[in-house]
Amino acid sequence: MSIELRNISKKFGDFVAVDNINLHIETGELVALLGLSGSGKTTLLRIIAGLETPDTGEVLFHGEDASAVSVRKRKVGFVFQHYALFRHMTVFENVAFGMRVLPRRERPNEAEVQRRVHDLLKLVQLDFLADRYPSQLSGGQRQRVALARTLAVEPKVLLLDEPFGALDAKVRQELRRWLRRLHDEIKITSVFVTHDQEEALELANRIVVMNQGHIEQIGTAEEVYHHPSNAFVYNFLGNVNLFHGRIENGRVFIGDTAVELENTHAHAHPETGKAVLYVRPHLLEIVLRPNGKQTFPATVKSINPAGPQVKVELVAEWGDMVQVEISHERYETLHLQTGANVFLKPKEQKLFVYQI
Amino acid sequence: MAIESPKRPGTADPPAVRIALITIALVFVALFIFIPVIAVFTEALQKGLGAYFAAITDPEARAAIRLTLMTAAIAVPLNVTFGIAASWAIARFDFPGKQMILTLIDIPFSVSPVIAGMLFVLLLGVRAPLGGWLADHNIRIIFAEPGIVLATIFVTFPLAARELIPIMQAVGSEEEEAAIVLGAGGWQMFFRVTIPNVKWGLLYGMVLCNARAMGEFGAVSVVSGHIRGHTNTMPLYIEILYNDYQFAAAFAVSSLLTLLAIATLVAKYYLERRVIPVKQEPDDLAVKVAA
Repeated sequence: MSIELRNISKKFGDFVAVDNINLHIETGELVALLGLSGSGKTTLLRIIAGLETPDTGEVLFHGEDASAVSVRKRKVGFVFQHYALFRHMTVFENVAFGMRVLPRRERPNEAEVQRRVHDLLKLVQLDFLADRYPSQLSGGQRQRVALARTLAVEPKVLLLDEPFGALDAKVRQELRRWLRRLHDEIKITSVFVTHDQEEALELANRIVVMNQGHIEQIGTAEEVYHHPSNAFVYNFLGNVNLFHGRIENGRVFIGDTAVELENTHAHAHPETGKAVLYVRPHLLEIVLRPNGKQTFPATVKSINPAGPQVKVELVAEWGDMVQVEISHERYETLHLQTGANVFLKPKEQKLFVYQI
Repeated sequence: MAIESPKRPGTADPPAVRIALITIALVFVALFIFIPVIAVFTEALQKGLGAYFAAITDPEARAAIRLTLMTAAIAVPLNVTFGIAASWAIARFDFPGKQMILTLIDIPFSVSPVIAGMLFVLLLGVRAPLGGWLADHNIRIIFAEPGIVLATIFVTFPLAARELIPIMQAVGSEEEEAAIVLGAGGWQMFFRVTIPNVKWGLLYGMVLCNARAMGEFGAVSVVSGHIRGHTNTMPLYIEILYNDYQFAAAFAVSSLLTLLAIATLVAKYYLERRVIPVKQEPDDLAVKVAA
């Protein structure tokens, strides 16, 4: 089922949670609403579910206005951030709940309920825990019970609020892959809310980057990561170094260092020519010798060789902290040490410049 | 007793202090609770079992027992219904006057029961306009059973609500929302999710409410008029017996109330251990998720 949001706005008191949002989600898509806390992403998800009523605008399911349809008739599945499992029911009864509350003539008989619950528990690989209570499960298991319970009502749309927020890193990774596979299998239109850009980039077909109640950019992981439409998106989707500089004749100057630009997003202030440069840590190179105007000097402050890349923190000549990520091979050949005076060279093409 | 341990942790008090505190507590409990309770039963049985049973099966005693049970049977369900409604409204919604309701709920606790009784006499007695109107229509409230029930409801009013509000707030509304999204109707949500989540608190509130309803003296005394066999509840009947120097009979009826109180405490003890809602821990590393 496709979802269409038209001019959705929602205020809580004076706080504008969602500000005139338009969004179309295709049938079978897996879309991430990505943003910081307070960006309105959860409110938007709750509006889609019908748990909140928008002040203005309309929600269309499959082209039809759903505003008048009550939550219980919307056929949406909602997975809550803290799972909201019924604590006084076993895993089995949690999953069976949606079937048990159906009107009598639609309600499946007990044998059918048994079969469907066990099928769903097998799908989430938790059949052996059917008789346990939620308090006896781990976070990852609860998350999957919540998902099975939601799928039991055969929703047309699956909405997940920070589905992996409360889990530790390793479990989160596994569940992420598992959810991706599940979505590939059952092809249900899904929207999930997250503040973790990595999660959004890895999982979603399309990412909606939200900030202060409005949409900054909609696009595939590739688009939002490599072609951010503005500084906020660039900044939000990964670590970034900020440099204040200026643009002259198609070249960006950071201090005295000039960088050739091939970037179409290069806009400086029309009068002062001032600009802010955003450079990801892996788009800076460390070299030992200066190379004319292409490099600028910096001093190594700390080195963290744990992880796939070596993270080096430096102080630029003009006092700004700079983060650089280099490969382990490069790190070995450079013989870097804390306090060493080196030079930084931006890899030009993928700089991002934004006017101030 | 394992009061002394060779190595005392830094936060523990010296043994002498602990022994002193425990002794004071035990002596107080013995002096003010244990001995009087024993005394009630010994006094009640001082003239033998025959007199004891005669005292509690006396027609007037039976009428008092009946009235007390009836009063509790009306007051407890009404206050529990109110308690559920009030706690749900307060825990789930923001509305103007919410803080005022919270304060007003406590009034029966802060006002002396005698004043509560007076209040009903002033409002519904024959000299008040409303009371006069009722008297003209032959509806008797003051110095009759309805007055006793009203006074009891007033006095036990906050018990269930006060017990339920914090539990409702702690449980939160997420499970209720989940039930609605899964297709449950309002009543299905209420009976399958809301009530089971607060059921121990609810039972606890009922037990407290019941104990107070049966034992209430002050407010009931003012509105009852002490008509023997008609408007005497057990506590009022006990006072009359006592004033008549029928000590054994007074203590016999007292022993029934005491037994009731003990039963209530036992129930309370078991319920209290279950009232604390089971928290859903954010994560448990003991059981790892299989991929």
